[in-house]
Amino acid sequence: MSEIKKFMYINRKAPYGTIYAWESLEVVLIGAAFEQDVSVAFVDDGVYQLCKGQDTTGLGIKNFSATYRALGDYDVNKLYVEKESLDARGLTLDDLMPLKYEDENDDYAEKDSIRVVSSKELAEIFDQQEVLFNF
Amino acid sequence: MGIEVNGKVYETDEEGYLANLNDWNPDVATAMAKDEDVDLNESHWEVINFLREYYEEYQIAPAVRVLTKAIGKRLGPDKGNSKYLYELFPYGPGKQACKYAGLPKPTGCV
Repeated sequence: MSEIKKFMYINRKAPYGTIYAWESLEVVLIGAAFEQDVSVAFVDDGVYQLCKGQDTTGLGIKNFSATYRALGDYDVNKLYVEKESLDARGLTLDDLMPLKYEDENDDYAEKDSIRVVSSKELAEIFDQQEVLFNF
Repeated sequence: MGIEVNGKVYETDEEGYLANLNDWNPDVATAMAKDEDVDLNESHWEVINFLREYYEEYQIAPAVRVLTKAIGKRLGPDKGNSKYLYELFPYGPGKQACKYAGLPKPTGCV
């Protein structure tokens, strides 16, 4: 693929109970494998996808929390979490997995991938995208 | 479909990837490679073992670009490049090495 586009994947649903979160994650990784400019947003119940300490033993479903940690390897390092959604659920940044990436342009320094943004900031970020996917 | 190793048949999908991750053992890898006329040496095993560890940690089989970068970081730049990996796994390091490692086909692989 010669042309790089700005892709945004918007996650709105809790990680388990529906297939949306896992499907989204797979599509994100596929898009990134084709070296597109990928951003991911987590809003509404979607913020639960990044919560620490998930245990799916009782559900009989694969726990894919660990896969979010691979996003940095795929150069997916713009993860936007809506502040209002965190607040409404009594969550803070400390409740989320500390996702990192290595910045190739800064001597491989480890940096945080998650950025907490307001609803208004997120709307502006959506506005800059060329392709939006809703999950 | 399936592959027979030491008298036991392991279930695979239509492309020869193991149906159950937990069925894997080194003899399965050796048998899969033999079917494709590949004799596994130390260098092959290095990549296969790396992939199994990667899957254990992240629950996915990495895309080839990610694999190449990660191998370079772990085993050095002389191994973390497409030329080296394609010489070991001419059908594609992602596809072929993941198959021998008992993993699913890499996410994003066509």
